[in-house]
Amino acid sequence: MSRIESEVGKPKGGLMKWIDDRFPFTETMKYHVTEYYASKNFNFWYVFGVLAFVVLIIQFLSGIFLTMNYKPSSAEAFASVEYIMRDVEWGWLIRYVHSTGASFFFIVVYLHMFRAMLYGSYKKPRELIWIIGMMIFFVLFAEAFAGYLLPWGQMSYWGAQVIISLFGAIPVVGDGIVEFIRGDYSISDITLNRFFAMHVIVLPLALIGLVFVHIVALHEVGSSNPDGIEIKKKKGSDGIPLDGVAFHPYHTSKDLVAIIIFLMLFCAVIFFAPEMGGYFLEHANFEPANLLATPEHIAPVWYFTPFYSILRAVPDKLWGAILMGGSVLLPMFLPWLDRSRVRSIRYRGWIYKSALTCFAISFIALGWLGTQPAEAVYVLAARFFGIIYFAFFLLMPYYTAIDKTKPVPDRVVYHG
Amino acid sequence: MGKSMQVLFALTATFACVSAFASGGGADFEKSEIDPGNINSLQRGARNFMNYCSGCHSAKYVRFNTIGKYLELSDKQLIDNLMFNAERTFETINVSMRSGDARKWFGTLPPDMSLMGRSKGADYIFNFLKGFYIDPDSPTGVDNHFLPGTSMPHVLWELQGYQNAIYASHEDAEGNVIREFAGMEPATAGLMSADEYDEFVRDTTNFLAYIAEPIRSERRKLGVWVMMYLIFFLIIASMLKNQIWKDVKK
Repeated sequence: MSRIESEVGKPKGGLMKWIDDRFPFTETMKYHVTEYYASKNFNFWYVFGVLAFVVLIIQFLSGIFLTMNYKPSSAEAFASVEYIMRDVEWGWLIRYVHSTGASFFFIVVYLHMFRAMLYGSYKKPRELIWIIGMMIFFVLFAEAFAGYLLPWGQMSYWGAQVIISLFGAIPVVGDGIVEFIRGDYSISDITLNRFFAMHVIVLPLALIGLVFVHIVALHEVGSSNPDGIEIKKKKGSDGIPLDGVAFHPYHTSKDLVAIIIFLMLFCAVIFFAPEMGGYFLEHANFEPANLLATPEHIAPVWYFTPFYSILRAVPDKLWGAILMGGSVLLPMFLPWLDRSRVRSIRYRGWIYKSALTCFAISFIALGWLGTQPAEAVYVLAARFFGIIYFAFFLLMPYYTAIDKTKPVPDRVVYHG
Repeated sequence: MGKSMQVLFALTATFACVSAFASGGGADFEKSEIDPGNINSLQRGARNFMNYCSGCHSAKYVRFNTIGKYLELSDKQLIDNLMFNAERTFETINVSMRSGDARKWFGTLPPDMSLMGRSKGADYIFNFLKGFYIDPDSPTGVDNHFLPGTSMPHVLWELQGYQNAIYASHEDAEGNVIREFAGMEPATAGLMSADEYDEFVRDTTNFLAYIAEPIRSERRKLGVWVMMYLIFFLIIASMLKNQIWKDVKK
C-alpha cells in the first residue's frame, strides 16, 4: 500500500475530517505539495517556474491597487498615473512594483523557456505542458501590450498604433480587423477603455486558467530534471522515486532562497533604477499621448523587440507580419521538431550545443537591434540573426537526428 | 550558501545583459552635474522657476506643499516667495496665461514642466537653457541649438546676454563641405558671468529634475532598508534550507 492510501485511510477527527468528507483537501495537498516528488538535483535553471508564479501574484496584487486609483479615460489616464505617483499614499511603490513586474515577468519567463530548451523539458510526455506554456506566453504578450497602453503616454499611444496597424497588412479583412480591435478609426478613448477591460479581466482570467492547467499537467507527468531522465522509473520500496524529494518541505525551502534572491534584484530596480535606463519605463512615455506628434523613434518595450526586429527586417509589410508571427509561434512545435533521443543538453552532441548557443546569441542580438533605429546596418544585422533564429527551428529535425548523443545515466547526476 | 551564491552570480549576469541594453543614448550634451541632495540649490531652483518660467510653463501635477516639505520651506515662505497666482498650499503650479493667448503668441502651448526632467532628462534641460543663439530669421530673434525651430524666446537673455552660434566648415573625404557646430560666443553681456549663469541654470535644472519625481530620494533611502531586510531574510532562509536538505544524499 502506498503512503497516500495509508494516510488518507487513517481515521481522523475534528475539523479536518469534516472538511475532507466534503472536499478532498488533505488528498489534494498530498498530491500536489507534500507528496509531489521532484528531482533532488534541480539546478539554478529550475527556479524560474516558481519565480514566474511569484511575479504573477505580485502583478495581481499591485494591479488591484492600481485599478483603485487609475482612470481608464483618454482625458484622465495620464494624470491619474501621476496622481498615483505623487498623491496616493505609497502609490509610487505600487506603480513601480507593477511596471518593474512586467519586465521581470518576461525575464523570468524567457529564462524558464530557455530551461526547457536546455534540458528538453518539452519532449514526450511533456508536450502538452509545453504547449500550454506557450499559450501562457501568448496571453502574457497580449496582457503586457494592453497594459502598456493604459498610462496613455507617447510611447503607449504610438507603440500601440504601430502594432495594431500590423493587422492591416492582412489582405481583404485587414482594415476591418484593425477597426474591430480599436473600436474606432484611430486609437482613442474607446480603445483605451476596451484595453483596460482586457488587461484587468479577460486576460488575467485566461492567465489563471492556463497556469492552473499548466501545473495540473505538470503534476500528472512529473517534473523533468537536468539529466532528462524519468525519476519515476527507479522507486524505493516505499514507492517514492529514489531521486525525488517532496515539493514541500524540500523544494519549497530551496525556492524560498531563490525567491529572496529574486526579490533582491527586483527591489534593486524598484528602489534604485525604476526606469532601468529607459528600458523598463521608456522616457518618451513621461509625455502624454499626443495624436499630432509622432516620436522620432518608436521602440516597443524590450520584451517585444526580438520579434519586432524580425518584422522590421523584412521589406514587405505583410511578409514581415507573417514572419514575426511565425517567430513567435515556431517554438510551439519544438516537441516535434526535436528528434534527438536524449532530452538533456548534458548528453547531446556538439551540433545541438552549437545550435542552441547560436540561437541564444541571435535572440539577444535581435532584442538589442529592435531597440535601435531602423538604420541599414541594423536591418542587415537583424536579417542575419533572423535567419539563424528560423534556421534553429526549421533545420532542427535534421541536425538533432544526426547529432551524436552520449549514454544517459540511470540515476540523476550532480554537477559542481 | 555555495549554491545560492552561484544562483546570485548567474542572475547578476543576466542582469548585466539587461543593463548593457540600458546604457546608450547620450547626445553631445554637456553634463548638468546637478546635486539632487542640495536643498539650497533646489530652493534657488524653485525661486528661479517661479520667477522666470511659471508665467508660461505650468507644472500641473506638482503641489506647493509637496515642494515645501522637501525643500524645508514653511507655508508662509511658500506663500510669500513662490505662490504668485495660487492661494492655498495644496494647489498645483498652474499658469494664468490663457491657452488661446499662448497659441496666438507662440503658435503652440508651452509644455507642462512636471515631467520634463524624466521625459527629456536633466542634461537636456541644462543644455537647452544654455543653447539659445541669435537668429535674425526667427520671429523671436533667437533659435536653440538643442531644439531647432523652438518657439520659446530667450527668456533669460537679461541674465545670460545674447550669444552667437559658431559653425566650423571642413571638407570630408569626398570633398563635401560639412558645417559643424563648434560652440557659442557671447554677443552681448548679461547681468551674470558665464559661471554664475551656469549655476543659475544648474539650480533650475535641479529643481525640474526634482519635481519630475519628488519621491526619488525617499525611495532610495527606503531601498537601503529593504535590501538590508532581504539580506537578513536570505541568511535565515538559507539556514532553513540547509537544515531541511541535510538528510538528502547527493
